[in-house]
Amino acid sequence: MPQSCNNPGLAKRVGRRLRREAGRIRRSYSVGTLVLHALAGHRRWHRQWRAAEPKGSYDAVIVGGGGHGLATAYYLARRHHMRNIAVLEKGWIGGGNTGRNTTIVRSNYLQDESAAIYEHALKLWEGLSQELGYNVMLSQRGVMMLAHNQHDVHSLKRHVYANRLNGIDNEWLTPAEAKAFCPPLDISTSARHPVLGAALQRRGGVARHDAVAWGYACAADALGVDIVEGCEVMGFRRDAGGAVAGVETSRGFIATPRVGVVAAGHTSVVMARAGLRLPLESFPLQALVSEPVKPVFPCVVMSNTVHAYISQSDKGELVIGAGTDQYVSYSQQGGLHIATHTLEAICELFPQFSRLKMLRSWGGIVDVTPDRSPIIGTTPVPGLFVNCGWGTGGFKATPGSGDVFAHTIVAGRPHPIAAPFSLDRFRTGRLIDEAAAAAVAH
Amino acid sequence: MLLLPCPHCGPRPEIEFRCGGEAHIARPADPAAVDDAAWAAFLYLRTNPKGVHAERWLHAHGCQRWFNALRDTASDRILATYAMGEARPEPPPAPGGAPGTR
Repeated sequence: MPQSCNNPGLAKRVGRRLRREAGRIRRSYSVGTLVLHALAGHRRWHRQWRAAEPKGSYDAVIVGGGGHGLATAYYLARRHHMRNIAVLEKGWIGGGNTGRNTTIVRSNYLQDESAAIYEHALKLWEGLSQELGYNVMLSQRGVMMLAHNQHDVHSLKRHVYANRLNGIDNEWLTPAEAKAFCPPLDISTSARHPVLGAALQRRGGVARHDAVAWGYACAADALGVDIVEGCEVMGFRRDAGGAVAGVETSRGFIATPRVGVVAAGHTSVVMARAGLRLPLESFPLQALVSEPVKPVFPCVVMSNTVHAYISQSDKGELVIGAGTDQYVSYSQQGGLHIATHTLEAICELFPQFSRLKMLRSWGGIVDVTPDRSPIIGTTPVPGLFVNCGWGTGGFKATPGSGDVFAHTIVAGRPHPIAAPFSLDRFRTGRLIDEAAAAAVAH
Repeated sequence: MLLLPCPHCGPRPEIEFRCGGEAHIARPADPAAVDDAAWAAFLYLRTNPKGVHAERWLHAHGCQRWFNALRDTASDRILATYAMGEARPEPPPAPGGAPGTR
């Protein structure tokens, strides 16, 4: 029984106060509300967003309630004033890749097109907590990419120069400077993979991934967007001209002239129901966390050559990302040898972590394109839009992706930043080669 | 890790194999005769099903021979193997329900 019930009078008074302020504090999370709810035994927290029932028709429907889908809905409502819209989520909000990634945010991509969209996203990240009124816990602690051989040095320096030309911060560090920035790093020349230098994006970092989904869901809900969980899209209805007329869902038919599919790993499955084949393959991507320890790791470190990336969460867990499995799968679990390979790399770089116990590991299904760049834009079906193919690196793009996709859905043609990421690029050959999108070898 | 039944060597762990992606994607016999869309479809478009998937495997650290397999991508269960060049067989009925319905 909660301790506060020892004093029924107090609990009753606090309960009344909470009910009175319910409307106002519904989405407010301050020390004050925390204390009030603690005194009330934590039984009066409100839903963060309505459990919306699907209506018969909407002006637009977003398929997929992950970070990208919710961001799309939020920007549709906020910037384009479309309030009669819905997000249809097969499972629950935050249950897919949004809650399964390693939370890294950065924009130091090589190609101009990628730099534009990821930098657009990073700029939105920097004001996101304020805009949503929800703390997404963006921590710009710096993302450092290690060079272990001459090829890495050349490649990373090329990234640094390309980024600077695009107005994106990225700087080259000597091994001593890298060690000063990240003291746990072993820069001894006798290391199996010696550190020859590093590229550092100081504005990069991490964000709380669940809070991103919840924050966008709250903010979209407050603007009138219906967030419908447990609602799977089973098919598409087309009008006589072939354009989208609505979606058949597990909870009935919903008429709508515009559908934006943002289904990540399941995009091929959804689009097959519209009769489309996409240049996508879905692979399991694993991540794992250690037992929580005191603050030992100040930044994000990635290494392409040894194939690992690592940071420490605010809870103290070391968050470690692995690679994808080699085969198509929707099982949300990868092979143990993939995670083992990653842990071997981590222990090679940071021998002091070799005695840490791993607490949890999990897999998410990532949709990977042939050039490792996303697809954002129109499809051969009028009224049907797609935002997919983010592969192993979609989390960092969440705000930018949602913003340009919302614009694309409203305008009926791609946002200038999204235009190079068209589905048509696979026919024209104008690929955007970002094979190092997750900064690890695929 | 998958346990893959190599038709020549028997069941072996996945680390001995290399997955060659979706099977039965034929290169156009006369590439110059097809348009860009058809060529892009050959190069890039994939079925990527949640369910039975026909795919190629190479037993790289074994007999070094290719073979095809049917695998349920929802459960990762291998349903059948067959030789390269053979037509895709019907998947055998799976114990405890149809494949891909989990």
